[in-house]
Amino acid sequence: MTEGIQAAPVPGAPTAASKAEPATLSWVGRFFDSDVWASFRRSKLTMTAAFVTLLFFVLAIAAGLISPQNPFDPAQLELLNSRLPPLWEAEGQRPYLLGTDEQGRDILSAVLYGLRISLLVGFMGVAFSALLGITLGLVAGYVGGAVDTLIMRVADVQLTFPAILIALLVDGVVKSALGGSLDAGTMLSVLVFSIGLSFWVQYARTVRGSVMVEKNKDYVAAARLIGLPAPVIMVRHVLPNVLGPVLVIATINLALAIITEATLSFLGSGMPETMPSLGTLIRIGNNYLFSGEWWIVAFPGIALAVLVLAINLLGDWLRDALNPRLR
Amino acid sequence: MLAFIIRRALQSIGVLLAVGIIAFAMFRFAGDPVNQIVSIDTPAAEREQVRRSLGLDDPVPLQFARYVSRALTGEFGVSYQFRQPVADLLGERMPATLELAICATVFSLVFGILMGVFSALKRESFLAKVFQTVSLIGISLPTFLIGILLIYLFSVSLGWLPSYGRGDTVRLGWWTTGLLTWTGLQALIMPSVTLGLFQMTLIMRLVRAEMLEVLRTDYIRFARARGIRTRAIHFGHALKNTLVPVITIVGLQFGSVIAFAIITETVFQWPGMGLLFVQAVQNVDIPIMAAYLMLVALIFVTINLVVDILYTVVDPRLRATIRQPA
Repeated sequence: MTEGIQAAPVPGAPTAASKAEPATLSWVGRFFDSDVWASFRRSKLTMTAAFVTLLFFVLAIAAGLISPQNPFDPAQLELLNSRLPPLWEAEGQRPYLLGTDEQGRDILSAVLYGLRISLLVGFMGVAFSALLGITLGLVAGYVGGAVDTLIMRVADVQLTFPAILIALLVDGVVKSALGGSLDAGTMLSVLVFSIGLSFWVQYARTVRGSVMVEKNKDYVAAARLIGLPAPVIMVRHVLPNVLGPVLVIATINLALAIITEATLSFLGSGMPETMPSLGTLIRIGNNYLFSGEWWIVAFPGIALAVLVLAINLLGDWLRDALNPRLR
Repeated sequence: MLAFIIRRALQSIGVLLAVGIIAFAMFRFAGDPVNQIVSIDTPAAEREQVRRSLGLDDPVPLQFARYVSRALTGEFGVSYQFRQPVADLLGERMPATLELAICATVFSLVFGILMGVFSALKRESFLAKVFQTVSLIGISLPTFLIGILLIYLFSVSLGWLPSYGRGDTVRLGWWTTGLLTWTGLQALIMPSVTLGLFQMTLIMRLVRAEMLEVLRTDYIRFARARGIRTRAIHFGHALKNTLVPVITIVGLQFGSVIAFAIITETVFQWPGMGLLFVQAVQNVDIPIMAAYLMLVALIFVTINLVVDILYTVVDPRLRATIRQPA
């Protein structure tokens, strides 16, 4: 599955590992001397993907500093400047590089701020699902017995359904439980919650599998012998040894979480138009597709596509690089 | 064998019951059903009467039993938005969704197998690399973006295909079909491609990997040694053996196709169950959400059950392992 994704190694390309750095004991030094770093340097595609991902992160964090206007401050919007095409078209106007939308909102600024929301929800969704999945997986694997059976049965049932369906359902139920219309901040939490609930299974299964191997090893027996309580053994001793695969899942799931958020927002059950994510911007722009204002939907769409593609490439590379069988 | 089928069927019923509990909990506890029926200024006494007539005062297990027994006869309550029985609403829209899902599956099978075989046989060719790139993009891009892109290309720019709806439909008994009219067929193209694209990339990668595997085996080498024509080896011997996992995947994925139709139907305003569900989520129409969940669960569980049983029928090796559980 990954053959087409991994770029062919470039023969003769200088690699960091070949320079034989002086042996340092520091964490950073060890990282730059590792196989993972060497395989990173070997793949141009991966380096490009990493660069693009990093660029998007920086853009999202610095959105407030670099965007020409604050797109969600009504005082800065002028209806006179609505629906302007991008700068390179005949009717484009400064400073609206990528044009404006119906309300005179600068598309570039809206995309930068939307990127921030999308990444925020993506990261928090992944963090929540990882936390939930790792906890349940640790408990299931370490405790075993009926607890294990219960957790894994729930996981099995959930795995039969696509995540987007579960996210939509959770979203609908939480909204009806909270009642009425929700403000943007609450909506963000609801999204994180529904994404977290739809993606925990994979973490739980992976962690449980590794824990069941780890718990029979001598160091766990030793920890038990000196009388450490089970939660301490689980978190301090077992957990660090099962985190490798979790990192891979988390990277791939970041792309999935961003797509899920964008999809929910596109379907109208996500971020509201007062605080739009990339998905909401695409939803808005979709309404103007037929009146010729292609730029309103195109730029958020491109941003989302490039972001997801870059993260996916990184995730694929990480999976291969950390897989000892492929070395 | 029989014991396995019975155990497997019991498991499926267990899953359905679990989903039923969730659906019931949604139906009963997320939002007060009484408030959805009466208006704001209904006096308390009348509310109490409605409550009693709906059976909401009974013990919860009894209510659950009632909910399940009603669901078994196809009764899922009344939609808050439409004031119509949910079963009627879903039944009305099911043909649209099923037609779309089947067309998408056929599309993904035909193109996925063709592209997979080609990129396995001509691994180094330019076209094979194009296919690989397209498949990567197909997996990465969100469905709705692909739909929007297609609409922009073929409806807005070229004006070749309609961008929304089903076109003209023909009624055959209770089933409405768009397959028999020209506009109906035109309207089917873009949604089917959008919905099938992900499955297509999946099938393509699977066929390619399986073909490469099979082409390395001894019996293919032996067939070559016997002087059988290359074409016959590739399509008669190799492809036939790759099709078993492909059919399994297609079967197992059919439920996902129906669920993912939610997104495609929204993009193309396709009047199917998915669009109904999205509108229900937006308007917090719990009876529709609960019924849709149960319906999708039923489809998923049935497909999984059938595939599992068929597998043991087809593959005698599996039967042996079932008889002697580890």
